[in-house]
Amino acid sequence: MLIRLNVNGEWREADVWPGSSLLAMLRDDLGLWGTKNACEQGECGSCSVWLDGDLVCSCLVLAAQAEGRMVETVESLGREGALHPVQAAFLEAGAVQCGFCTPGFEVAVADLLRHDAHPTDETIREALSGNLCRCTGYQKIVDAVHVAADRMGEVAP
Amino acid sequence: MQFFRPSSLREALEIRAAHPEAMPIAGGTDLMVEVNFGRRRPGGFLDVSRLPELREIRREGRTVRLGAGVPYARIIRELPGQVALTQAARTVGSPQIRTRGTVGGNLGTGSPAGDALPVLAAYDARVVLASATGTRTLPWHDFLLGPKRTALAPDELIVATEWEAADGPGSFSKVGTRNAMVIAIAGLSLQLDGAARRVRVALGSVGPTILRAPEAEAFGAGVLDEAGAWSDPRARVPEDAMARFGELVAEAARPIDDVRGTAAYRRHACRVLARRALAWALDDRRAAAMEAAS
Repeated sequence: MLIRLNVNGEWREADVWPGSSLLAMLRDDLGLWGTKNACEQGECGSCSVWLDGDLVCSCLVLAAQAEGRMVETVESLGREGALHPVQAAFLEAGAVQCGFCTPGFEVAVADLLRHDAHPTDETIREALSGNLCRCTGYQKIVDAVHVAADRMGEVAP
Repeated sequence: MQFFRPSSLREALEIRAAHPEAMPIAGGTDLMVEVNFGRRRPGGFLDVSRLPELREIRREGRTVRLGAGVPYARIIRELPGQVALTQAARTVGSPQIRTRGTVGGNLGTGSPAGDALPVLAAYDARVVLASATGTRTLPWHDFLLGPKRTALAPDELIVATEWEAADGPGSFSKVGTRNAMVIAIAGLSLQLDGAARRVRVALGSVGPTILRAPEAEAFGAGVLDEAGAWSDPRARVPEDAMARFGELVAEAARPIDDVRGTAAYRRHACRVLARRALAWALDDRRAAAMEAAS
């Protein structure tokens, strides 16, 4: 079935199987490989995107349910040479090891900072409880959130 | 495989009657796991996530009516006075799951581990079902029939759940390996109702379906009565009565051994959670009374 949705400000369409997830459509049909496929059961957060502004696991949304809706992926944050402050903070704080979970974490962190500009450690850990990282032990990711929050706070609103 | 995207409840119910093979899907947080792993291949999907009727929260007097398609994140924001329910909502999955998952989904899946379900039981909630030929309202215990078995007919949709807001504190607590992303090993919801002088306790994950603990409830109400705590929230309930309350709740459990925990551990967890939940509720009433007096 033909699905049309707005991804990162651009209307895109693809012919997908009705049981296809939004994650599969983003990666396999639209070539947006920043959103990672790991557990396919909502446990790991690697496939986190925004759907109409809500943070969701794209593996648990049917592509057909996203028809006509606004999707933002990790590719909307920044690109090489023009990193989003959250991405720059991950590099600076050493919050990336193997890197597989990183796009999902960056989306979840950016979502947190949209709602809370200066979160406490406790708030950060709860906000990131849906994202798994098997390398870092999380402390450097928490550090990166503080770096990003400070950096974004310096920019005049 | 067909995909239906109705924009009103009426249209959805007509599709449901004509295409019972189409699986209703809202947030998809349970169903998509089965689909992604090929464990389930529905004959089609009926997307109920755009039905305005399912996304309403209404209050009329003491009655709260919660649309089956309201996600947990909205429950937390919009129903802060329903403390037990918002506590349960906060323990569901993770932020990503709470933006999508719904109480209607917990009901439809009918797992004894659904976090919202002990709360609905402690609220004495009703489940509103609709079909193209009419609606019916069932008490929660007539809807949840067994493990993943419900009274939903093939032509029906879960529209809402409703309950009378209780006059008193309530809570939800659960035991698991971490705070987030955990299927409860045991879950408990307790609700005090000062106007009715009742204690209501419900258990999840410790039986084939959600269980109430009627003997413990009667004992708890009696203990508060003897202590004079219904009329004077500052009155103390004796420690041995608190412990006995926990034992009676544990006796109401019907747990099994499984990968998440043993029956003995689950029973013990019920005892501890029940005693704590009653203590929290009594503390909350005491604090509210002292605040009102000052």
